[in-house]
Amino acid sequence: MFDGSSAWQLILSGDAALYAIVWLSLVVSLSAVAIATVIGLPLGALLALTRFRGRAALIVLLNGFMGLPPVVVGLTVFLLLSRSGPLGVFGILFTPLAMVIAQALLVVPIIAALTRQTIEDLWLEYRDELTAMNVGPGGRMATLLWDSRFSLITALLAGFGRAAAEVGTVMIVGGNIDGFTRTMTTTIALETSKGNLPLAMGLGLILIALILMINAAAWGVRVWSEQRAG
Amino acid sequence: MRDLSSDLPVRFEGVSLHAGKTPLLDCVSLLISPGAPTLVVGPNGSGKTSLLRLCMGLVTPSAGKVSWGGRHSLGPSRLAMLFQRPVMLRRSVADNVIYGLRKSGMPRKLRTARMEDALARVGLLELASRPARRLSGGEQQRVALARALVREPELLLLDEPTANLDPAATRAVEAIILMAAQSGIKIVMASHDLGQVRRLAADVMFLVRGRLCERTSASDFFDHPSTGEAKAFVRGDLVI
Amino acid sequence: MNHRIFSAFAAAILLAASGVAAVAQDKSIVVASTTSTQDSGLFDYLLPLFKNKTGIEVKVIAQGTGQALDTARRGDADVVFVHAKAQELKFLEEGFGVKRYDVMYNDFVLIGPKSDPAGVKGSKDITTAFDAIRTTRAPFVSRGDNSGTHIAELKLWKEAGIDIDKAKGKWYRDIGQGMGAALNTAGAMNAYVLSDRGTWLSFKNRDDLEIVVEGDKRLFNQYGVMLVNPKKFATVKADLGQSFIDYLVSEEGQKAIAGYMIDGQQLFFPNAKHDPS
Repeated sequence: MFDGSSAWQLILSGDAALYAIVWLSLVVSLSAVAIATVIGLPLGALLALTRFRGRAALIVLLNGFMGLPPVVVGLTVFLLLSRSGPLGVFGILFTPLAMVIAQALLVVPIIAALTRQTIEDLWLEYRDELTAMNVGPGGRMATLLWDSRFSLITALLAGFGRAAAEVGTVMIVGGNIDGFTRTMTTTIALETSKGNLPLAMGLGLILIALILMINAAAWGVRVWSEQRAG
Repeated sequence: MRDLSSDLPVRFEGVSLHAGKTPLLDCVSLLISPGAPTLVVGPNGSGKTSLLRLCMGLVTPSAGKVSWGGRHSLGPSRLAMLFQRPVMLRRSVADNVIYGLRKSGMPRKLRTARMEDALARVGLLELASRPARRLSGGEQQRVALARALVREPELLLLDEPTANLDPAATRAVEAIILMAAQSGIKIVMASHDLGQVRRLAADVMFLVRGRLCERTSASDFFDHPSTGEAKAFVRGDLVI
Repeated sequence: MNHRIFSAFAAAILLAASGVAAVAQDKSIVVASTTSTQDSGLFDYLLPLFKNKTGIEVKVIAQGTGQALDTARRGDADVVFVHAKAQELKFLEEGFGVKRYDVMYNDFVLIGPKSDPAGVKGSKDITTAFDAIRTTRAPFVSRGDNSGTHIAELKLWKEAGIDIDKAKGKWYRDIGQGMGAALNTAGAMNAYVLSDRGTWLSFKNRDDLEIVVEGDKRLFNQYGVMLVNPKKFATVKADLGQSFIDYLVSEEGQKAIAGYMIDGQQLFFPNAKHDPS
């Protein structure tokens, strides 16, 4: 599909297919991180602040799941979403939505585990003060999450890095359909297998550049906020 | 103003506190009533912090009972506490002070007015929009005071609040404490600085190794200490 | 506060994504096909023509033949378009397909290093070539992925009288991947590999590889297309799927297939009959 052109030529000529692929990659990974944040931040904070039987086991599990193999997650979601599977009635296999769901599953443990550690550490410092001020459980969670927001941004970036870089999950649940579920990583895999190695490498460099740009933006946001809030 | 039943007097009946095998407080009975400031004095490790934390309800006694205004549990209270190192939330000075009014149910305008009033009383109104973590130690302790005072507590507990501050900052903080005392707030403050005790105390609780050795007026403590340990302490000797 | 902005953003994106998905589903079908067909570039050429004519969007999932048929067995595809007749007939017998149509054929070629350690270059007999490779223990890459090409390769070992399960040794490298990956690997290892001509012609990373054996009738590779049985899966888009099949076997579609060239060479030879087999 990208016959003959180099990655650089594609960027310069504003090749629509390339930009569509970049756009899809960003939408899928950013959406996945957004969902994972909404689930993972409160989950991590809750885990940090509550005590119950089996808590240690749950923490170990969560930490371990930071390393969930993407291809295994992909396969599991595939079986769930297949028409013959339990959630087949929704018909979302081989669509970007399936990719978002699968990547969100990959990213939740990362955000939750890192949040838990961050909140637990900050709680040690804040415990007396917040207890003395009679702050209830909801208030504690909200205050600790907000006060550790800079460390949490790093957790989100870690999650984003994982999502943007993986290929196993999106390949399996998305099907790498031309013009529909093809992302940067699956395109790189495809072009590699077609022997278009320079193009594949070029696309790889574009992907890395995108990830770095997002990290730089996050850094900028952090610096600006820190100036305002210390 | 909220109309809650009072949390004073605070009464300790035979209270002991253990951390594992170590007794932090040993069979202490006392009464804290409204009035002029009480300073809790003693060498390091004598149990001053434990006593204050029990007053605040941050820990429960291993033996004995603590009661507040005759009640054995602390509801939404009119107590406030300052710690040796104040924790500033990662936001502006003004937001830190308003944080004390979170659950008050006050309308926003009233909260802002109270916050500004409290900051004015501690002399930090111009720093209201500064990030609180950027302030000096003394300024942060004053913010913590404003945060406590904005809730109009009955009892203000302070755990060696000026231990880490330079003399100028110490003086500023002491001035605010005296002002709070004059407005009717009961002050109970831990200190190991004899000069500070002389400056602030109306009466003194003297602790040694977890036991309440003496409880007298400040003048009696300094002029006529009854126990050997108190005599040694007032002399400036190490009390082991 | 930032939380809410975040969640709103996420919700918006999700809606957009699923909105896109929903709209695209309206007039679209999923075709399970093979990596070799995709890698040859046929779909990039053919599908826009079909869309122009009918407005139907074709979404191709490219896998090995075995995997493609399994995808259809799970009801995750509307049409299946592969090249392993025996497996396709089995699929029909199991009741997963409605009718099988021949569409086109191409051929397999044996690719090997220029150094030709097994001495097979120029041979017209694929089975003697295979035998020579085995005897000389020349490195050979197998796709090992249940694809049409893999199945054809296994058939050829059998026709050469070789029990490959017993005969294989370190020289036989079963990589379990698609055609492009197999060619990449063969190039890097200086090994022989069976490939379909289409993928070879569009493959760019040839290293020292070239065609060493071609033209044997046993290298004939037939492609067939089937509609997944809507009686098994009510969600199959039977009408749209049948339009695609009808296009492939129609005069117009067959002409289009014949017109697909790489470097002036025709890749696929249309051979749809008018009585489906």
